[in-house]
Formats: sequence, C-alpha cells, structure tokens
Amino acid sequence: MCDQTFLAITFGPCDNCSQNKPLMNIYLKNEPINYCSLCVELMACQGLAKGETTNTLKAESESLKAKLEEERAKLHDVELHQVAEKIDALGQFVMKTRRTLKGHGNKVLCMDWCRDKRRIVSSSQDGKVIVWDAYTTNKEHAVTMPCTWVMACAYAPSGCAVACGGLDNKCSVYPLSLDKNENLAAKKKSVAMHTNYLSSCSFTNSDMQILTSSGDGTCALWDVESGQLLQSFHGHSADVLSLDLAPSETGNTFVSGGCDKKANVWDMRSGQNVQSFETHESDINNVKYYPSGDAFATGSDDATCRLYDLRADREVAIYSKDSIIFGASSVDFSLSGRLLFAGYNDYTINVWDVLKGTRVAILFGHENRVSTVRVSPDGTAFCSGSWDNTLRVSAYLRSSGESELRNILYNTV
Amino acid sequence: MTIRSDRDHGQRYRPRMSCLKKLEATVVQMQDPSTGVKGTDQKLNVTIIPHVITGQDIVAWITKNMNIDSDEAQAFGTMLVAFGYIYPLQDHKKLVLRPDGSLYRFQTPYFWPVQKWKAEDTDYAIYLAKRNIRKKGVLDAYEQEEYNKLHKWMNHKWDFIVMQAKEQYHAGKARQKADRVVFDCQERAYWIVHRPPPQTHSAMDYGLDRHIDPNAEEKKTYDYYRRIIIYTQQAVMRSRVKSSVSLGALAKYITTFKNHDPFLVPCLPSNPWQTDDDSYWELNTPDVEIPTKMRVERWSFSFYELLNDPRGRADFKIFLKKEFSGENLAFWEAAEELKWGTAASMSEKAEHIFKTFLAPGAPRWINIDGRTMGLTVKGLEHPHRYVLDAAQTHIFMLMKKDTFYRYLKSPVYKEMQKKAISPAPHNFSEAQLQQNMRNRRPSIDPIITWQKEQEEKAKAEAASGPVDIKKLMASKLDRK
Repeated sequence: MCDQTFLAITFGPCDNCSQNKPLMNIYLKNEPINYCSLCVELMACQGLAKGETTNTLKAESESLKAKLEEERAKLHDVELHQVAEKIDALGQFVMKTRRTLKGHGNKVLCMDWCRDKRRIVSSSQDGKVIVWDAYTTNKEHAVTMPCTWVMACAYAPSGCAVACGGLDNKCSVYPLSLDKNENLAAKKKSVAMHTNYLSSCSFTNSDMQILTSSGDGTCALWDVESGQLLQSFHGHSADVLSLDLAPSETGNTFVSGGCDKKANVWDMRSGQNVQSFETHESDINNVKYYPSGDAFATGSDDATCRLYDLRADREVAIYSKDSIIFGASSVDFSLSGRLLFAGYNDYTINVWDVLKGTRVAILFGHENRVSTVRVSPDGTAFCSGSWDNTLRVSAYLRSSGESELRNILYNTV
Repeated sequence: MTIRSDRDHGQRYRPRMSCLKKLEATVVQMQDPSTGVKGTDQKLNVTIIPHVITGQDIVAWITKNMNIDSDEAQAFGTMLVAFGYIYPLQDHKKLVLRPDGSLYRFQTPYFWPVQKWKAEDTDYAIYLAKRNIRKKGVLDAYEQEEYNKLHKWMNHKWDFIVMQAKEQYHAGKARQKADRVVFDCQERAYWIVHRPPPQTHSAMDYGLDRHIDPNAEEKKTYDYYRRIIIYTQQAVMRSRVKSSVSLGALAKYITTFKNHDPFLVPCLPSNPWQTDDDSYWELNTPDVEIPTKMRVERWSFSFYELLNDPRGRADFKIFLKKEFSGENLAFWEAAEELKWGTAASMSEKAEHIFKTFLAPGAPRWINIDGRTMGLTVKGLEHPHRYVLDAAQTHIFMLMKKDTFYRYLKSPVYKEMQKKAISPAPHNFSEAQLQQNMRNRRPSIDPIITWQKEQEEKAKAEAASGPVDIKKLMASKLDRK
C-alpha cells in the first residue's frame, strides 16, 4: 500500500485566506504551505511581478521540469525486466469464450461487473443500458437513456443501483428493483452535470458518491443523494477519457487519463494533482490501477500500453509489438497483477505478461473494435464488450485432462 | 470542390489515426515488385485484370515479413481490407481477408484513406448518379435509398451533381475498357469502405469526435507557466523510492497472489465459467460459515485483505471481542461510513461518533495520542467529511502494526485455519458438463442480499450499543 497523501494535512485554515477549506500542499520559495484551491488559482493568475516576463516564467518551468527528471533518474537503479528475471516465465495460454451476450442493438461502449461476480451492466450507442446475469446469460433489467452514446456505466458496490451517462453530459443513478415490470426510469436520479459528454464514471466505496470524468477536461466527485458537487479536479488540457479509483486501504486517490496524453493522479480530498505522467504519444483511452495500488497501466491510441510505478514516480514498462499498430481502447489486470488484458481497435484482445513485457496470448472473435475489457471481481473470467454489439465472457482453458472432443463440443456457448 | 469540415478536428492527421500511416507503409512494401506479394493476371469475362493476388499469398507474406502467426496475419490482413488498401474481387461487400484462393487487388493510392479528402456526401451522390446514368436499376436497394435521401437533401445542388456525374461518365467512356473496368472496381471498393452496406460497418468509423481540438496549440500565457511551476515544485519535493524497492514490491505482490489468480492456477473446486458449476461461488459467499483454506490464507497477506473480505473482518471482530479491544475497529468502520456517506447525514454521524468514541468518558473511548485527539475534537466543531482522517489513520496503523499480527498468531485464527475446508477439484465427464450447461443456477438478487445485510447490521448495532443504565435498572425493577 502506498499513499503518501494520508500524512498531509488536507483540511483546515488556508495559510492565505484563513478559511476552513480542503487544502493543497504546495511550495512557495521552497517552503511548504497549505493553500485552498482558490488561493492557488489566484496565485497562478496574479499579474507579473517586477522583473518577471512570460519568458522568465517559461525558463523557470523548464528548469524545474529538468530538475524533476533529474530527481527521478537518481533513484532509477533497475529495470522491470531485470527484476523479472528471477521469476518463472508463464506457460502457454489458451483462453476460450464461455458466454456471448447478445441483446444490444448497437455498439457496446462500456461495461462493469457487480460485486457478486456474475452480474454485469453494459451500455451502448443506442442509449440502452442492460443488466445481465452473465452466468445464465439472462437479461435482468433494461433502461433506455434519453441520449445516445452512453459511454460510461458503473455498478454500485451494494448491487442495488447502476450509474450511466454519455452525450447527455450527465451521470444518472438508477436504483434497481426486484419487480421486473417496474419502470426504472421513474426513480432515476440525475447526479452529475458536466458541460460536455461524460466519458467515465465510478462509484467510490459506497453507493453515496460518484466520481466522473468528462469531455470538458475535468473530473468531479458528487454526492448522489443531493447531487451536490463535492470536489472538482482541474488539470487536464483536453478531454478526460477514463478514471480509476485506487484500491488502497486509505482510498484517497484516483488516476485519470486524457487526450492531452497525460495520466494524472489526484488527491480526492483536496482536488490537488499530486503526480503526472506524460510519456504517451497519443490519447490515453483507459487507465487501470495495479491490484496493490502502487502502480497503474494505461492503454492508448499510440498502440502501446504502459505501466507507471507511483512510488518510483516513473514509467517502468511499455507493452508493444511491431505488428500491433491499432490503438488500445481498454486495459485491466488479472487478480494477481501478472496478466494485463488489453482490448484493441483491430478487433483483438492481447494478454501481456506484466513483469516480462511479453505477449502471452491473443484472442480473436470480435467482429469490430473491442471497446471495453474488465476482469471479474474474483478474477475467474474477463468480459469484453465490442462495437459488434456483443459482450463475451472468456476464461482460461483448462489444459490438463480436457479432451479435444470437449473443445469442439463446447466451442460456442 | 469540397469544404473540409471544421468538426473533423483534423482527426485524419492526428496521431490517433497513425495506424493508417503504418498500414500504408506495409502496403507499399507488399507491392514491391521483387519482395512483395506475387500477383497474376485474371480473366474476367473478356477483359484481363492485372496484378491480382490471392488471400493465401497475402497471409503468407504477412506471416513471413511481420514475423507473426498465420492467425494474427489473417487478422492484420482483414484490417488492410477493412480500411480499403486491398479490395476483394469476389463477394466485394464483405471486407474480410479469406486465407484461401479468393482474389484481391491493391487499391490505387488515389483512393487510400489518408490520401483522399474526407468522403463527402456530394461525392457519394455524384458516384451514385453516375452509376444510374450508366445503367438504370443497377443500384442496390440500400444504395437506391441513399440516393433518394441525398436527392432530397441536396436538391439545391442537384444540377451540379448531375453535371459532374455526366462529365465523369463521359471521361470514363474515353478510357480503354480494361482500365475502365479496373477503375470502376476501385471506386466501388472505396465506397463500400466509406458507405458500408447494411449489416456491415465501416472501419473508418472512429466514434465520437473529441471535444477539444487536439491540433490547437494551448495558449502559453504566464498563468499557464505559473501552474506548471506550482505543480512541478511540489512534484520535485515529493518523496520517491528506489526503483529496485518499488519494482521488487510489485514482483512480490504477484508472487504472493499467484496461487489465488484463477488465470494462473485453477481455482478449487472448479471455475464456474468453465464447468457451469457454481460451487466455487457458494463456498465463498461473504457470510459463509466455514471459509476455504485459500480464503483464510489470503487474510494473512495484508491487513487490507483481511478487512476487505467481509468474512475475514467478521473473524477479526471475534478476535477483538475476546481481547476487549473492539472499539478500534468500530471507530474505523464508523469513520469510513462518515467519509463515504451522504452529505446530509454527516453532522449527525460526526456527533454520534464523538459521543461514542472520542468524548472524555465515552463508552467506547479510543486511545489516540493527545495531538491527534486535539486536532480531531477541534475539527468536529465544524464537521466535514474528512474530519476524522487523522484519527482514523492513527487507529488503522495501530491495528495494522500490532493487532493484526497478534490476530495471526491467535487461537481464533489458528482454529479457523484448521476448520477451513479444502474442496476437492471437480472432474466432470463430458456428459456431466453438458448437463451442467443445461442447469445453470440463477443466484439470489444482490438487492435481497443487501437488504439482509442491512438488517443484520442494525441488529448487531443495537446489541453492541452503549448500555443505558437507567433502562436496565428500570427493567430489573419491573421484574421485581
């Protein structure tokens, strides 16, 4: 577990305006101070002082960036593949699709697993959001959103609600009902309001708060019951496409990735951007934390997936191949963190060995882009949603004792 | 005369479509006269089509030159066809690469996705009109529909469209028959890619436009630099660890959890998705009486794993009860509820927590250092979501560094390890697997499970709440 943010003071009187507010920990002339976000913004926008010009500021920022790289390089004493040498290589991997969920009339854009490990919620371009029991392939609930391109959907931790949003610029929470005939849209709650499309949403540890990211370049934390904005996060200079909450016991940070090629780590309490990584060459489509919370992976349009270590504060691995030239739209880790599943725009899913950096399997089967890949909460399977209107749940093929005949018989389920 | 749409945001030139440049490079290589794919001439009716290649040759070339499997080569080839760099001569509406003797041709660079300007409706209208002129009724049903639609929308420039179509038609007639046939094929292939027939999709469809124009340069005013300076200063001062330490920790995590990852080691008794038998889930429910050995082992990996598993947390509570130190965990849970709860309930919860855990003489007083207690009590004057952060962290660290290790050595945990079951792996025959597939069991709706949990929690709270002495005495007096 790594969460340096828990040691910092994050609420109290601002050193500048003395009001009790969430505080950002910054440095003024190398002295640590605690300013509220308003005072930080004012500090940034205050007029040029005597002797300062845009060019002097530019030079200062360049020299600071160089210093940051220097500090990072000082502790860069080993590469990931060197650490991986002591670990056994993985054997042959064969995955098989175990369920194909058909029912969406248009591109599947997003999906999420329920904590009961078998239910999923999926959303599509035509505005439909469907809750399935993926194990029996039954559809349990269906909601029609008043907008198209529902790019974000999430299952509540309790399993009693789903959140979704897209081109309507909002994130709405639909409480699920035991009565199958009930119209879920009647109890819908509009929670988040952005000024542009909603790209991703996620519940925090409870049903009461939602974290959203939007095409307007911001992320925001909302209180579900009142719809109140609890905290907003500014720092991306282009659309934010994805976010993921840290699985740490203190649960105070999340990472977001955007079209400005940056992956930013934020402190949820103060809204401060605490770490930033800019090594991708194109839009970051998806970000996902490593199971321990000390690292995260990103998938990007530059056809690479990268692993960033939060404690060492740098990029530690690039997962790419000459033959893979289409962007990665979605990534997720297996339970132990050894495997990285990545869905690509060339209709395939590549599975990478996180430590060694090699590809251990490639899955075909989808007939259009793979838009979302998520591993189930207990790691027994992963679900992939695609623009070919289907979702597929795939698992590892049992290799010992399974006969060829069985393979042929149960090829399509 | 086509006006480039502003909304395009230069998508074609962005790194987002950098895949097109790479595809182009590959196609150029494939057309190399000496090292490329070997083509032959094909006879079509009376004309001879030059440079025709077969699907299997394409797959073989890609396999050899890109150093990949034939499956992957076929998938890559399909992308080449889907984007229109190679087009099929037979079954021209289905843009896939067949690894057999099916015939394909390279598309002329004029019609490559990066070369030509965006496929405008005007051009499409001209193309359809031209085909109509050549021979009435040659348009497919979906093309006829599109034609009628375009005729309606573009009525104002229909004269221009018809004029262009006629000119192109006459220019075409002036060519040699073989060239004309080839050009018609190429043009048709181009429009299949950009205006896909029904039930198919266009590979050029990239989804929604991004909101912010990525080609636009960000304005670099002084506040832009100031923000960078503020951020970078705190980034420089952040403490970081050596790569060997943090990467070592990542590797250690993987090794620790290796046996628990169903993709690496089969889960016992069997993976429900593979065998259609959900015993694995039945044995691992949050409130199961006897957990499995794997689950109990996982609790020992870290305090976070123990707390995260409801069954583990319950076992930990039993241990704490025996030690009479349940108030620490109770406080931590209450603080979590405050942090993640609704904004409306916050002040009420904060007050309840203060009365139960922090006030001097409170029934479940927690033992934290004076400074933290002072900060917390002061913060509670104006309670906010994170007012208990410092105290919660202190208590958490206390439990993590001390109580957790004592728990692992305690008889409670040791007994649980002994009692835990180790299910035998399933060994289903084919007939049994078939039957399992037919009898997949539905599960209890999570809503019902949640409601039950809430009821249990309410009961437990009522039972463990501070005892009201007055009421107790009153009930005793009543009995007397």
